[in-house]
Amino acid sequence: MKKKSVEELKEIAKDLRKKVVTMIYEAQSGHPGGSLSAADFVTACYFREMNVDPKNPKWEDRDRFVLSKGHVCPIQYAALGTLGFFPAEKLHTLRQEGSPLQGHPNHHCPGIDIPTGSLGQGFACAVGMAIGLKSDNKAARVFTVLGDGECQEGEVWEAAATANKYQLDNLIAFVDVNNLQIDGTTDEVMPNLDLGEKFRAFGWEIYNIDGNDMAQIVRTLDTIKMHSHDHKPKCIIGQTTKGKGVSYMENVGSWHGVAPNKEEYEQAMKDLEEGF
Amino acid sequence: MEKKAIATRNGFGEEMILLGAENKNIFIVDADIGKSCRTDGFTKAHPAQHINVGIAEQNAAGVAAGMATTGKIPFVVTYAVFGSLRMCEMIRQEIAYPRLNVKIACSHGGFTPANDGASHQAIEDMGVMRTIPNMTVIMPADYWAARKLTRAIAEYDGPAFIRFTRDAIPVIYDENTEFTIGKAHIAREGSDIAIIANGDMVCYGLDAAKKLEAEGISAKVVDMHTIKPLDVDVVKDCIEKIGKIITIEDHNIINGLGSAVCEVVAEAGKGKVKRFGIQDQFGESAPYHRLLEKNGITVDAIVAAAKNFR
Repeated sequence: MKKKSVEELKEIAKDLRKKVVTMIYEAQSGHPGGSLSAADFVTACYFREMNVDPKNPKWEDRDRFVLSKGHVCPIQYAALGTLGFFPAEKLHTLRQEGSPLQGHPNHHCPGIDIPTGSLGQGFACAVGMAIGLKSDNKAARVFTVLGDGECQEGEVWEAAATANKYQLDNLIAFVDVNNLQIDGTTDEVMPNLDLGEKFRAFGWEIYNIDGNDMAQIVRTLDTIKMHSHDHKPKCIIGQTTKGKGVSYMENVGSWHGVAPNKEEYEQAMKDLEEGF
Repeated sequence: MEKKAIATRNGFGEEMILLGAENKNIFIVDADIGKSCRTDGFTKAHPAQHINVGIAEQNAAGVAAGMATTGKIPFVVTYAVFGSLRMCEMIRQEIAYPRLNVKIACSHGGFTPANDGASHQAIEDMGVMRTIPNMTVIMPADYWAARKLTRAIAEYDGPAFIRFTRDAIPVIYDENTEFTIGKAHIAREGSDIAIIANGDMVCYGLDAAKKLEAEGISAKVVDMHTIKPLDVDVVKDCIEKIGKIITIEDHNIINGLGSAVCEVVAEAGKGKVKRFGIQDQFGESAPYHRLLEKNGITVDAIVAAAKNFR
């Protein structure tokens, strides 16, 4: 299959963002801000970079995707539903009783291998997956997305050290640096200092990019692919905008975990369709 | 003749070497205390099946969970206090909730790291693990039980917590004794009183039964190696046929073996229980038997309780 172009990926990201806002509006519950900041990287992974089979979610040789910042699962659900891992109508069941689209990702949802949502833990699981795949000499890779606030969890750094020790060049982490967490900016709550330098000090190869620039994301993933056997785990530090694409949500921390009302929803869909 | 004594952790280490050879998907995930948890033999025999994440237990649990999703059968190995409490939420979220095939295999259960003091003594571990859905919780009573139950959890597809201890304890079973997860082992038949124990305390129960026999009291001794799922049928049988039950555990009196037995007795609406266990207090650096004594756990006290049971 021909690889999708940057322009095509931008269109898909726009569509996924609209689905995210719609899901959260319909559920009247969920986390829009971080879903929108991570949307471009998630789109590039699922629609260009990863080898997955929506008809065979447990395919042994699949690439893995672990959303360590699990609360932004609407963006992952939007990608999985669009690709056909489950019927697209299910996207209207976010956070409903009996739905595979739980408030945080879990293993009952086709395409999701492990539950996440308790921060820091998904990253350690991604490291374990990369170890397991490597020990079987599989070519499959593991992609994982962390929040910048999440990097305050100690377990992240325990896992980062393990990835270095076991030379996990099949592991690609994206840190969604939107600089906001629930109680304020990351600098106010707990300064992360230079996350890229931290990961570098833990033995990782670092790529500092604009995490909402599809061209940069694609270029970076292409570069990483060329270094698939250099024995180093890869970390993309993506500077992003929380609430990206919705005028009144951008860089507003209070949109971390609340749903828009009808008027706000309509405005959001207009912003996403027409830009602002 | 003095009985042979071996620590249960040794039984674990020896069986893992065999299991690692039989199944290349069996891994050990160590957190820097492999030697004292007896994984060094496995590491030497199967280096490609060994991961050591260093002093990072939370990460050990997460890494093991991720490995399990790729078809591995990881045994996370540490001391019981860390393997239950330090890793607790990781076990809940990433292992028990998705019901992954990860084993938490811990040495130094109960007061057995006696001279290390309260920081290293695990008195809440089995209770905490028992509370988590999907979890199986086991404590073998001797070297052979440790070997057999290690093999049993390796063959069982799902999460399990198994607790070994530090000290050499009498070998009470032999190579031919069979153990099944969730099925109590009757260590001794009796009709006047039922003593239900697990781990190192099974020997205390057997010693008490011997003394009671000399006084004309017939004591049944049940090795309840699996406290979850509890062998409810055996407890009910004790209630129906004997009615008087003594439980013994090297664990806090809250939420361990005694509590599990009491839950069955309370719902049955008949039978009486006297519990021996740690009296909801921390330990200290002291000889093992002194720590037990301070909590009222001695063979003589068990004998007296059986004689005075009303």
